[in-house]
Amino acid sequence: MTSTTIDDAPFIEPSTRQRRNYLNDEYGVLSWLLTRDHKRIAILYLFSVTVFFVVGGIFAFLMRLELLTPEGDMFTSDTYNKLFTLHGIVMIFFFLIPAIPAVFGNFILPIMLGAKDLAFPKLNLLSWYIYMVGGVFGVIVIITGGVDTGWTFYTPFSTQYSNTKVFAITLGAFITGFSSILTGLNFLVTIHRMRAPGLTWFRLPLFVWSMYATSVVIMLATPILAITLVLLMVERVLQVGIFDPALGGDPVLYQHMFWFYSHPAVYIMILPGMAIISECVAAFTRKRIFGYKFVAFSSLGIAFLGFLVWAHHLFVAGISVYSAMIFSFLTMLVAVPSAIKVFNWTATLYKASVSWQTPMLYVLGFIGLFTIGGVTGLFLGALGIDVHVHDSYFVVAHFHYIMVGGTIMAYMAGIHYWWPKITGRMYPEWWGRLSALLVFVGFNLTFFPQFLVGYVGMPRRYHAYAPEFQVLNVLSTAGATVLAVGYLLPMLYLGWSLKFGRKAGTNPWGAVGLEWATSSPPPKENFHHTPVVTWEAYDYPAFLKAMKETQDA
Amino acid sequence: MAQIQSQPNDHETYTGHAAPHHQASLVSYFVIFFALMALTVITVWISRIDLGAMNTLVAMVVAIIKALLVILWFMHVIHSPRMTWIVVISSFLWLAVMFALFFSDYLTRAWNIY
Amino acid sequence: MRSNPTLHDLQHPGHEGEEGHDEHHHPFLQHHFEDLGQQHEASTLGMWFFVAQEILFFGGLFCCYFIYREMYPAAWKAGSHHQNWQIGAANTIVLIGSSLTMALAVWGAQGAKRKFTTLMLVLTLILGGIFVGVKGYEYAEHIHEGLFPGSAFTYVQHDNPQLTRGVELFMTFYFTMTGLHALHMIIGAGLLLWFIKRTWRGDFGPEYYGPVEIMGLYWHFVDIVWIFLFPLLYLV
Repeated sequence: MTSTTIDDAPFIEPSTRQRRNYLNDEYGVLSWLLTRDHKRIAILYLFSVTVFFVVGGIFAFLMRLELLTPEGDMFTSDTYNKLFTLHGIVMIFFFLIPAIPAVFGNFILPIMLGAKDLAFPKLNLLSWYIYMVGGVFGVIVIITGGVDTGWTFYTPFSTQYSNTKVFAITLGAFITGFSSILTGLNFLVTIHRMRAPGLTWFRLPLFVWSMYATSVVIMLATPILAITLVLLMVERVLQVGIFDPALGGDPVLYQHMFWFYSHPAVYIMILPGMAIISECVAAFTRKRIFGYKFVAFSSLGIAFLGFLVWAHHLFVAGISVYSAMIFSFLTMLVAVPSAIKVFNWTATLYKASVSWQTPMLYVLGFIGLFTIGGVTGLFLGALGIDVHVHDSYFVVAHFHYIMVGGTIMAYMAGIHYWWPKITGRMYPEWWGRLSALLVFVGFNLTFFPQFLVGYVGMPRRYHAYAPEFQVLNVLSTAGATVLAVGYLLPMLYLGWSLKFGRKAGTNPWGAVGLEWATSSPPPKENFHHTPVVTWEAYDYPAFLKAMKETQDA
Repeated sequence: MAQIQSQPNDHETYTGHAAPHHQASLVSYFVIFFALMALTVITVWISRIDLGAMNTLVAMVVAIIKALLVILWFMHVIHSPRMTWIVVISSFLWLAVMFALFFSDYLTRAWNIY
Repeated sequence: MRSNPTLHDLQHPGHEGEEGHDEHHHPFLQHHFEDLGQQHEASTLGMWFFVAQEILFFGGLFCCYFIYREMYPAAWKAGSHHQNWQIGAANTIVLIGSSLTMALAVWGAQGAKRKFTTLMLVLTLILGGIFVGVKGYEYAEHIHEGLFPGSAFTYVQHDNPQLTRGVELFMTFYFTMTGLHALHMIIGAGLLLWFIKRTWRGDFGPEYYGPVEIMGLYWHFVDIVWIFLFPLLYLV
C-alpha cells in the first residue's frame, strides 16, 4: 500500500509538460485526415461516434415522447417502427461497437504497451474511413425515409415485404463491419508483437486483456454478420427463398446466423467497458486489482462462452426444445466470468484508499447497474421466464441496463479518466460529478420502470399500449429527460476545458501504467525512449519509484 | 536506445532480429502439388461410384486432406510459430462449434415441416 | 513520407558493420517497428488473422449450404447435375497449379531471384485468369439455360417439377458461393499485378520478402475455399 496520495505524488507537476505533442506537431485539415498517428485517429473516431450517439439519442427521445400517452398519437406505427429501428442501428453499429475500442483502444493501447503506434497505422486510418463510408450510408438511409424492420432485420419482412431502404442500410452495416474487423486485427497483432521489453503477459494492464478478448470476438464473429447481410442482400434483390418460408427457406436460419454474430457483439460492447472499469478501479483505489489473473482469464472466458449462447434469442422462434435447453444451460454459464469480474472489482474496494473523482462515480454506477442487467439476463435465459417476458419491455430494460448502465457509463468513466492524457487539460470536477449523478438518476428513472411494465405485459416495439401502463411510461420519459441533460453537460464542459481547463501533468491521478509515464498530451511517437518495464501490473510503489528515477535522471 | 536487459524468454517481446530465414526445399512444393493432383483425381473418381450417404463424407475427408496439404506446406504453417497454429486451429474450431450448435437445432426438430 | 528507393539503394544499403545497423536503414522498414524481423512477424500474423476471419466468412455460408442440403437432398443432387464436373475438375487443376506457382514465387522472393519470382507471379496471374474466365463461361451457360435465380429463373425440373424450387435454392447458393470466391480471386489478381511490379523492381530478398509471403497466404486461402466448393457443388 502506497503512502502517497494523488495530490502529492512527486511527478504531477505540469512544469515538465512537453511543448511539442501529437496535437500541435502538425497543423491543417489534411494532417488530420491523412494521419497515421493512432492518437489522431482516435480523436477522429471520438468526433464521429459522438455525432452518431446524438443522432441515436434523438431517435430514442422521440420514441419516449410518443410513449408518454397510451395512444399512438404522435407518430404513425410505420414511423414509430422506423424510429426504433434507426435508434438500434445507429446506437449499436455506429456507436456502441466502435466507441470504446476505436477511441480508447486506439489512443491508449499502444501507449500502454510502450509501442510507437499500432502494428498497421495505415490500416487504422482505413478503418476510420470505412466506418465513415458505412456511416454515410446510414445517414443517407435516415434522410431518405429510414428502415422499419427493427435493427435485427428479421426475414421475411425485411427481404420480401418491407418497403424501406433495407438494401442500403444492410450494405452500410456490412461496410462498417470491416472497420471493426480491421481494428480488431490491428489490436491483436499489436498486443502479440509490439509490447515493450519486460512487458510480459501477466504484467499487462487488465485493459489490454479485455481489449484482446474483444478483438478475438470481433475477428471470429463479425464475418458471420457479413455473410448474413450478404445473403440478406441477395434475397432482397433476387427475391429467392433463402430465408423465406413461402419459397422453401427457413426464417429461423436467418435468426441463427444473425444472432451468431449479434450475441458475441454484445460482448464486443461490454468487454471494452470492463477494460476501462478495471483501470479505473485500480487507479482510484490505489491498489492492484484483487485476483488479477482471474480477471484476466475471465475476459477470455467471456469471449469464449459468449459464442455458445446465441440461440437464447430464438427460444420462442421455433427451434427445437432440446436445442433450447442446451442454450439455456450455456447461457447460465456465461454469467460466471462476468460475475468473477464484479466480485474482484468489489473486493479491490475493500480497505482501499478510495477517492470519489468523476471516473470512480461512473465506475460504481457501472458495477451496480451491470450487475442488475446481468442478473436479469439470467432470468431471461431461463426458458420458462423467457416464454413469459420475451419481446416485452423486460428485455428492453435488461439490455439497456447493460448497454447504457454498463457500457456507456464505462465510456464516460474512460472519457474523464483519460481526458487529461488525451488533451492535456483537466475537466471541471464539480460539473463532472454533477453530470455523473444526473446520468445515474436519469438512467434508473428511465429504465427501472421498464422492467416493471415489461413484466406485467407491455410489449416492445409498440407505440400504443394499454392505459394502465401509462404512469410507468411517464416516469420513464421523465428519466430520459434527466439522462439527456446528464449526457449533454459533459459535451459542454469538456469542450470548455479544452481552452479553460486546468493544465494536466504527466500523471494527475497517480495511477500505474505506461500511459502515465509520458507527457499529457503525449508526443507524436508516444515515448522519447522505448520504455523498459520492470514493475508488475498495478505495482504502485515500484512504478512510482521507476518514474521518480526517470524524472531525476 | 533502450537497454534490453534480462529479457523474459517468450519470443514475443521483440529481441531484435531479421526476417525468418527458413526456406523450404523447391522439391517439396512439387511433391505437394502432385499429391493434390492425385487427390483431385481420387475425389472425382469416387464421386462417380454411388456410396449413398458415405459419398459426402468421403468427399469432405479428401477435401480436408487437400486443405491440410496446402495449409501445412504451401502456407508454411508446418514451419510457422505456435501463434500461427493457434490462429488456424481456432478458426476451424469456431466453425466446428457453429456447425455443431446449428445442427443441434436442425437435427432435433422432430416435426416434418420439409 | 519515404521516397521510393532505387535498385541501387537496395543492393547497396550503404553501411558496413553489424547486421543490426543495416536494418535501420532498410528502405522498407516502417518507423514504428524496431527491426525487419518484428515487421515480418507482425505482417504475417496480421495476414493470418485476416485469413481466419475469411474462414469464418465462407464457413458461415457453407453452414447454410449444409443445412439446406440436409433439408433438400434430392434438389441438391438435381442442382449439382447441372454443373459440368469435367470443367470443374479442370478448373480445380488450374487453380491448384496457380497455388504451386504462387508458392514457388514466395520461394523465389526469399532467394532474391527476381526474374524467377516475377515469372511465377505472372504464371499465377495467368492461371487465375483462366480460372475466372472458365467460370464466366459456366455462368453464361447457366444463365442461358434459365438457371439464374430470381425473376430470370425459367428452368423447370422436368423429371420432377416439385424439385424446381429446391434447384433454384441450390443455384442461389451456387452463384453466391462461387461468385464470392471469384470476387476474391479478382481482388487477388489485382494484388498480383502490384506485386509483379514490386518484384520486377527488385524490392524483395532474404531480409524482406514478407509481402510476397502474405500475398501467398491470401492466394492459398482462396484455393482452399475452392477445394471445398468443387466437391460440394459439382460432385453431389
